[in-house]
Amino acid sequence: MSSAGFDAAARLAAAQAFFRSIPHSGLLGLEVVACEPRVVVARLPYKPELVGNPYTGWLHGGAVVTLVDQTSGAAVIHTLERPDMVATLDLRIDHLRPPQPGRAVLARAECYRVARDIAFVRCLCYEDDPDDPFVSSMSTFMRVSRPRGSVGEGQSA
Amino acid sequence: MKELMELVQEARSAGDCQRLVDLVPYARMLGMKFSVTDKGLLFELPFRKDLVGNYLLPAIHGGVVAAFMEHSALLQILWNQESVVLPKVVDFSIDYLRPARAETTFVNCSVIRQGQRIANVAASAWQGRPENIVATARMHFLLTRQEDDTAR
Repeated sequence: MSSAGFDAAARLAAAQAFFRSIPHSGLLGLEVVACEPRVVVARLPYKPELVGNPYTGWLHGGAVVTLVDQTSGAAVIHTLERPDMVATLDLRIDHLRPPQPGRAVLARAECYRVARDIAFVRCLCYEDDPDDPFVSSMSTFMRVSRPRGSVGEGQSA
Repeated sequence: MKELMELVQEARSAGDCQRLVDLVPYARMLGMKFSVTDKGLLFELPFRKDLVGNYLLPAIHGGVVAAFMEHSALLQILWNQESVVLPKVVDFSIDYLRPARAETTFVNCSVIRQGQRIANVAASAWQGRPENIVATARMHFLLTRQEDDTAR
């Protein structure tokens, strides 16, 4: 990849700065904890205002979608050879089990394919064991800087 | 905490939709609301700067649009009195059609199929007029009681 010379610390710092630049990210308290080519890991803290079920204390599924969407988008950005904006085309999320109440959660997103216009990402969320995820997600992203008119008008990736 | 069905019935008879929104802290944080119209429930998310995901456009965060749609669907099921427990989302799938601009977003939901344990709901989010759809979503909710949680 042409990202040679973009060392690991600089890459992590860039990903963290990207997260900080997103207003809603700050409201939720999202932060990048690891970043390498194709893979980004980010954290969503547990906060009382993010609870979706007051009877159980589970985080709201919607807050988790935001974590997944943003982490997955960042994984695409860190797969591209040149920095580019991306937009989510579609995203599916499966809730495998409830998250553990009171605990921060992590999302690990991997961009496993970048085509000319479209990038494909899978993502898992877990408390601390990546082998025991509570959420699994697949999503596709559009590369914003590609020539317009080719996406969403019947042409495949 | 007050029994959920009792709360729903009180909110319905008082026409107090906000009471149901306020039940869930995250929905209150988003600032969503809903009203009863002749075409069913209309959900509304007023724009706020801290909901922005792309400050260049600017556009509302895709995760916020998804969360708003998911919670609208949940409220629709509750309002229909089709669940005695808070529905649990099983899966959720969203297609983004255009950016959600810095203005109020609306959602309409339809419960496509209501079974004993599962509800299938479709939702569309729009701005300005209902034809200007910014996202469509489909999802399943589990309606079984909390004691059955491990059985998911």
